[in-house]
Amino acid sequence: MHDIKHNSKGLIPHGMSACAGCGLELLIRKVMDVLGRDTIIIIPPGCAASFSGFGKETAIKVPGFQGNLENTAASAAGVRAALNAKGNTHTTVLGFAGDGGTVDIGLQSLSGALERRDRIVYICYDNEAYMNTGIQASSSTPYLAKTTTTPAGKPTARKNLMQIAIAHDIPYAATASIYNIADLQRKVKKAKDTDGPSLIHVHTPCPTGWRYDPSKTIEVARTAVQTGCWLLYEYQNGKATINYRPKELLPVENYIKLQGRFKGLTDEQIQEMQKYVIEDFNKCIKRLESVA
Amino acid sequence: MQEQQEKLTNKPRRCRVLGPVAYEYTAANTGSWRLERPDVDFSACIKCGTCEKYCPTNVITIKKDQKKCVEIDFNYCKGCGICANECPKKCIKMVPERSEG
Ligand SMILES: Cc1ncc(C[n+]2csc(CCOP(=O)(O)OP(=O)(O)O)c2C)c(N)n1
Ligand code: SF4
Ligand code: SF4
Ligand code: SF4
Ligand SMILES: [Mg+2]
Repeated sequence: MHDIKHNSKGLIPHGMSACAGCGLELLIRKVMDVLGRDTIIIIPPGCAASFSGFGKETAIKVPGFQGNLENTAASAAGVRAALNAKGNTHTTVLGFAGDGGTVDIGLQSLSGALERRDRIVYICYDNEAYMNTGIQASSSTPYLAKTTTTPAGKPTARKNLMQIAIAHDIPYAATASIYNIADLQRKVKKAKDTDGPSLIHVHTPCPTGWRYDPSKTIEVARTAVQTGCWLLYEYQNGKATINYRPKELLPVENYIKLQGRFKGLTDEQIQEMQKYVIEDFNKCIKRLESVA
Repeated sequence: MQEQQEKLTNKPRRCRVLGPVAYEYTAANTGSWRLERPDVDFSACIKCGTCEKYCPTNVITIKKDQKKCVEIDFNYCKGCGICANECPKKCIKMVPERSEG
């Protein structure tokens, strides 16, 4: 199917155009290691689009196409319907979209697929802004983060994608992080085996947009979870499981001091953010425990 | 500029493929981006595989039975430094990349 001009371990070439230290590059490799060759991938515009090819060159060994920013889930659902019509139930259909393409502009398409119970795996890699077009804020950009459209820090908190998915009562939804690859890959395997729509929302740090040294990608991802800025949990057949629950959260300062996008916050703002993170964390845990 | 595909593939009656397709699986020489390169102290390495697991370009291979137990493909290593930052033994150092001679 492909004209192989490069030997690589896995299904993604070693030399592709993501920035040095890109969390998304690590993520797509780990995802494809689990899903394997029998997969069709749909990628919208965004940083991940560099994997779907440029001219006649592609950076992924499985078939797929680049759709529009607003219709990743609908495109995936269409591919699934065509496969079903051919009697093919073994091929995995993967929608792999950024936060902008998911929580903003692709949301109604995603909601439709979740409602129709289309058997697709939908992965949202969340770098918390529109990175590929120059770091504009999305509705997944966290409270007080600076982007080119929120130069004084985002005044509002992020949208909760998982709660939206859970409101559709889909068979499988999970959050994950690139620092915990065993957990991530276990969730991708579960999503692959789910008969119906599944969604994984992955925290995917971006050195270019978050303004930190590329060597710190994993450290940033890990600290986000340790400080309560990102929660690891899953929702399967109506039951929620919290995967990581520290006895005590680390101060949010540990997370924000690593990144340039939070530079220049006043002490009051840091306190406000700390208060918000703890409240949000506890609220989320409480909500999850009520469906545990 | 990237060369576009020459043959038209949008005549469904003659062709089974619709639209422009990317069919060449290739890699760019991202090793040329590097400003620093990871340098491994093999004697301190415990072969845990952490660097291999987290390398975004997937260019590290652990060779348990060899003295040079961490192999890095410098054709593609971007010099991000994640391997050095995550190594539990701190036995990877980032050293400035120098031109030959
Ligand atoms: C309808 C539409 N509006 C705007 C664009 C321009 N555009 C291309 S990529 C992109 C950013 C997408 O952001 P996200 O989904 O978060 O992916 P990221 O770039 O962060 O990886 C935008 C706005 C587009 N392609 N289509
Ligand atoms: S801008 Fe961020 S997400 Fe996009 S390729 Fe660079 S590091 Fe990766
Ligand atoms: S992370 Fe460090 S100790 Fe572990 S295999 Fe790599 S170089 Fe060796
Ligand atoms: S510097 Fe980055 S790209 Fe190079 S081997 Fe280390 S982790 Fe991989
Ligand atoms: Mg984004």
